[in-house]
Amino acid sequence: MTPDDAPFALRLSNVSKTFGGLKALDAVDFAVRAGEVHCLAGENGCGKSTLIKIVTGVYTADPGAHIELFGQARDGITPSEARELGIAVIWQDLALFPHMTVAENIAFDGMVGNLPRLLSRGAARAEAQAMLDRLGVRLDLDTRLNTLPIAQRQLVAIARALMGAARLVFMDEPTASLTQSETDGLLKVVQTLSEQGVSVVFVSHRLAEVLEISTSVTVIRDGKLVGVYPTEGLTQARLGELMTGAILSSEVTAQDRSGAAPVLQVENLTRVGEFQDISLTIRRGEVVGLTGLIGAGRTELAHTLIGMTQPDAGHMTLNGQPLRPRNIRAAIAAGIAYVSEDRLSLGLIQPQSIADNTAISVLDRLLNGLGLIASSRKDRLVRTWIDQLSVKIGHPDDPVSTLSGGNQQRVVLSKWLATEPKLIILDSPTVGVDVGARAGIFRIVRRLADEGLAILLISDEVSEVLTNADRVLHMESGRLVNEIDPHATTVEELEAQVYA
Amino acid sequence: MRRFAKDCPVETRLFAVLVLITLGLGLGTDTFFTLANITSLLNNNAVNLIWAVGLLVVLIAGGIDISFAVAASVVQYLAALIFGAIGGGNWATGLIVAGGLGLCLGLINAALIHGFRVVSIVITIATFNVFFGLLMFFTRGRNIYALPGWWTDRIFIFEYQSANGVWSELNLSVAIMLACVAATAILIGWTTWGRQLYAMGDNPEGARRAGVNIALMHGLAYGWLGMMAGIAGLCQVNIAKEVVPNALYGRELEVLAAVVLGGARLGGGRGTIIGCILGVLFVAVTQNGLNLLGISPFAFQMIIGAAILVAISTSNLDLGLKRRRAAP
Repeated sequence: MTPDDAPFALRLSNVSKTFGGLKALDAVDFAVRAGEVHCLAGENGCGKSTLIKIVTGVYTADPGAHIELFGQARDGITPSEARELGIAVIWQDLALFPHMTVAENIAFDGMVGNLPRLLSRGAARAEAQAMLDRLGVRLDLDTRLNTLPIAQRQLVAIARALMGAARLVFMDEPTASLTQSETDGLLKVVQTLSEQGVSVVFVSHRLAEVLEISTSVTVIRDGKLVGVYPTEGLTQARLGELMTGAILSSEVTAQDRSGAAPVLQVENLTRVGEFQDISLTIRRGEVVGLTGLIGAGRTELAHTLIGMTQPDAGHMTLNGQPLRPRNIRAAIAAGIAYVSEDRLSLGLIQPQSIADNTAISVLDRLLNGLGLIASSRKDRLVRTWIDQLSVKIGHPDDPVSTLSGGNQQRVVLSKWLATEPKLIILDSPTVGVDVGARAGIFRIVRRLADEGLAILLISDEVSEVLTNADRVLHMESGRLVNEIDPHATTVEELEAQVYA
Repeated sequence: MRRFAKDCPVETRLFAVLVLITLGLGLGTDTFFTLANITSLLNNNAVNLIWAVGLLVVLIAGGIDISFAVAASVVQYLAALIFGAIGGGNWATGLIVAGGLGLCLGLINAALIHGFRVVSIVITIATFNVFFGLLMFFTRGRNIYALPGWWTDRIFIFEYQSANGVWSELNLSVAIMLACVAATAILIGWTTWGRQLYAMGDNPEGARRAGVNIALMHGLAYGWLGMMAGIAGLCQVNIAKEVVPNALYGRELEVLAAVVLGGARLGGGRGTIIGCILGVLFVAVTQNGLNLLGISPFAFQMIIGAAILVAISTSNLDLGLKRRRAAP
């Protein structure tokens, strides 16, 4: 906890920013005290990133803003001034160098400059090691970055950001691609920094960790300041309301579907080294949640269901027919769709249009008599799904990369739904998606289930599966250890069980 | 050593293959492991290796350059004109003039690539044609024989006559080559400029955000290759004793093949001096071995092509396996 009388590291008032007539920020105030962990909350596109870019000198605020850094009033700030003052940003996309070693990445900023100097590898390594020690992180300095898991790259990015004696660190969605246990490790590092007097501004869509880590929260909505709140006494539901301006339900939506016909039946499925003895049933209209720690074998199980890998023992049936897909195409033909965890790189072809992305999995059904793609059929298909899933788009021919995370996720969904599946597997569908959009995605999931689809929902966010699934399966070390009725369990009880 | 093997799998594998080939040639022919053969191998490949280390710098920085061999011809022609006009010169002025002219040609490439934000392969294909077209236009395709004496006289840095009367000697070019290799090794491995070049090739946006001067780095990479190309051109005249405008045309692909075989990544961010040397040696030894074994020289290109395919595809296979193993 930071005493309320700690000096301000950063004080902004009346900050506005206009892009071509559009007000991205409208007279926002923002202040962070020394050693404080301050959360900046708001939905995608609300102006958070714009605010960070103003503080770090990437953008210049509109005239009239008052900027005070470490007790000094300033007219403006350039990126190099920001760095000299000890303001560091850990970008969402990391900006690291994959073919360099851990030590080279951490020490890189000290090597930037127009005049050449001889390298002192020993000194750079020692500095990098000292920084990792300070963060309480153990990493091999000589490992190349591209061989590290993403969570450890995140730690490298933090270490690098702190090298220039940083006093104010911005973390933009640092946990978006981390699992729960990796997130816990990162939050510990943030705590350490705060104890050392470094101010941390934390941006995250995961409200639970926002409440866990920060001492106060600034909420922004549509470019305007909603307010600054002490974290104590704030609940996830209340914070969600502040961010979206709407009341979000966190009620359990589970229904009893035990009378419906089974769609997927799995018996004693085993793949050595990944999962063992898995038996489960998913019925028509049922949403089955699958949760557990990373490495529990959730994604590996999904990969076997869709034919990416072959089981060593056990068997599967889909609608009573034996199922043993030899590859993904066979699984799609059988009626299984898989929305992968990493939608940005695996699920969508970013530069291509929304329409092309939607149609790609069913191109063979859009052919005309000449074997060419009938554009009228394609248009009809695309329009149907855009309406069905209420994707907010400018035009179907715009590239997918212009859409927000939540809307991109809907395009992925529509691409798979166009294959008319009987079973759809959603692997961590809300990674990097903000609160309001999450609710929208789950409304769609529920509607699809009501239309008769069987759904397997994989997530390591316990509260998410508990509120949105009809039954929750808990996987641990490759085995299903428990089946949970969402009506009979609280989030806290399940969390204690899963993270034990 | 084990660390190197793990970090540089391409280089390590190439080294093993090279050892096998040299052993095979040593056993299969009685001429390969003679001092005379080895010194002539070095003499004949000094020019290629100077180009190769220059090109390595550009590849590390994430670019490519097709124009350097033709640029070397342009430097030869301009240097011949300059030394004809001032009537004299020596190796010191020669290196400065050739290196300087090459640097200018390289900077032209850098300025075009950076100024117009066009990918390097397009710009250097264009300058390749412009350089070569201008050269053929002004020389009308004629060779220059009237060259200053210092430029065409052989200078040996090593001489030895064996019992049966065969001379083995090393040219000055080999010494210049060693200096160029050492200078490049220091540039990319031991200076902050080198780190910034790797960074720009590895993640251009990341480098820009970190404050790397992208224009300077482009100038450094293409300027360095230009300088190496000029120096290599100077050395080549010393070996050939004449300036032939189209003598170096087409050599760029041979050098590019050698550097890629040595593990430099076409996307940028990866490449080592050791790999570069091994790549040039591999190409040289293969060609030399085919000669000694009396096999048609046409087989040579086929073998180099196949070697590139094997080297690139097996290194990708490795990655796939590692990923599969990494996933628990």
